[in-house]
Amino acid sequence: MGTASSMLTQYDIEEVQEHCNNLFSQQEIVSLYQRFCQLDRNAKGFISADEFLSVPEFAMNPLSQRLLKMVDGLNFKDFVAFLSAFSAKANAQQKIELIFKVFDSDRNGKVSFKDILEVLKDLSGSFMSDEQREEALSQVLKEAGYTKDSYLTLDDFIKVLGQSDLKMDVEVPVD
Amino acid sequence: MNNTGRLKSSSSELDLDRPNIEDYLPSGSTIQQEPHGKLSLHDLLNISPTLSEAAGAIVDDSFTRCFKSNPPEPWNWNLYLFPLWCFGVVIRYLILFPIRVIGLTLGWIIFLSSFIPVHFLLKGHDKLRRSIERSLVEMMCSFFVASWTGVVKYHGPRPSRRPKQVFVANHTSMIDFIVLEQMTAFAVIMQKHPGWVGLLQSTILESLGCIWFNRAEAKDREIVAKKLRDHVQGADNNPLLIFPEGTCVNNHYTVMFKKGAFELGCTVCPVAIKYNKIFVDAFWNSRKQSFTMHLLQLMTSWAVVCDVWYLEPQSLKPGETPIEFAERVRDIISLRAGLKKVPWDGYLKYSRPSPKHRERKQQSFAELVLRRLEEK
Repeated sequence: MGTASSMLTQYDIEEVQEHCNNLFSQQEIVSLYQRFCQLDRNAKGFISADEFLSVPEFAMNPLSQRLLKMVDGLNFKDFVAFLSAFSAKANAQQKIELIFKVFDSDRNGKVSFKDILEVLKDLSGSFMSDEQREEALSQVLKEAGYTKDSYLTLDDFIKVLGQSDLKMDVEVPVD
Repeated sequence: MNNTGRLKSSSSELDLDRPNIEDYLPSGSTIQQEPHGKLSLHDLLNISPTLSEAAGAIVDDSFTRCFKSNPPEPWNWNLYLFPLWCFGVVIRYLILFPIRVIGLTLGWIIFLSSFIPVHFLLKGHDKLRRSIERSLVEMMCSFFVASWTGVVKYHGPRPSRRPKQVFVANHTSMIDFIVLEQMTAFAVIMQKHPGWVGLLQSTILESLGCIWFNRAEAKDREIVAKKLRDHVQGADNNPLLIFPEGTCVNNHYTVMFKKGAFELGCTVCPVAIKYNKIFVDAFWNSRKQSFTMHLLQLMTSWAVVCDVWYLEPQSLKPGETPIEFAERVRDIISLRAGLKKVPWDGYLKYSRPSPKHRERKQQSFAELVLRRLEEK
């Protein structure tokens, strides 16, 4: 009886584990593989945007369109690498790196005022006006010692987010 | 908001019938930690709760679980059992299956050769014609059940025919209908199917007063709602059977009940159906297989084992909304059949959630930011 899990050999699992810095156990990778195959309905080897959106809980997420740009078309290895930031074993730095990537949509290594505004726009939709968002953001930036024109780097993110506990753990169900 | 690549959201008519998912979701699934104090840059950059929710949904979600087929546990795992299993395969495919096909064909011949004359010759005697047609359909369903050696245990009193009552059941496969129909000729509300099933629907089952609709057509809903109201008033009509989930679920979960059946002002008689997966999974995963393939799968298994409970009739309590009533009945059915309740609308299989669920989250985020911006 060829089930999905039997298609992953020990070597495959170890390779994937290495790719995600050993943030997932072997069992977790097997579970993730089953999930990957379930979402990849036509067995193309990647999950399309439409297939991601077929999960209503994901489609309802305010950041789903932004995240889709990051996860659309990933193969299994990269899919696991993306999720590895959510492992309980991932450290704060790894989690903040992912958050930074979400903000840094043009991937130039720095986050501008406009980049943050766009994320805020996703998060608040029509319930805040552009002016309100700009005002709120300028105010908190000023208080943190930045200006509207400054670019935030990964180090700035670590400085701002690193002090508190980030609750960003997602448990992979293992049966 | 970027809407490209998304299926069209549900139309407003559909929304009317659609209970609000957020009302059912456990609180705490949205950003509700309610931090206090003045807004800081940290609060705007910390998108971790939203990200965790998204990743959680990618890793596992209760909606997809409802529609996952669960293959039966393999038991042919050792050298002694394996030949036995092979022997079983030979018997199932080469002996049982042909016998069942012959039986089913015989059933069809008997059924059609009596149904067609009765239907056309007894035009004037409506009452007699209907009662004969009723028993013929019941007989045909018995042939179907026999074709998969259905071992069905019925618990509770058999349904009676009287006006102002509807039967609602959880839905796993179209064979639910056959299993229930062999005991009582119900008039059923069902999705219109293509192919030979559609042909049966529009010819034979129509004579039982069954009502067909197309899920995607908003207009169909109004017509169906009207037909429903007319049907339950008639004293001589067959009892009405509704699968309020509106889609097949894998018999481990129940998805939200559509409120249509619960606002007719009728007594609602819950029916719980639980399949035993010992020989075959009776869940019809319409995405993966056609109904014909599903039937073939059932016909080549040893048996389909299931329990049917006719539960105590319920009526709307004073002050109860139809949605609360639907949830109460869902509780009763889930409890009896041992199913887990999930707060999803089964139609999300066919459409994307309406933007209002996302807006709800955006609103709470915006309110929080604006409030804390004011704080000093």
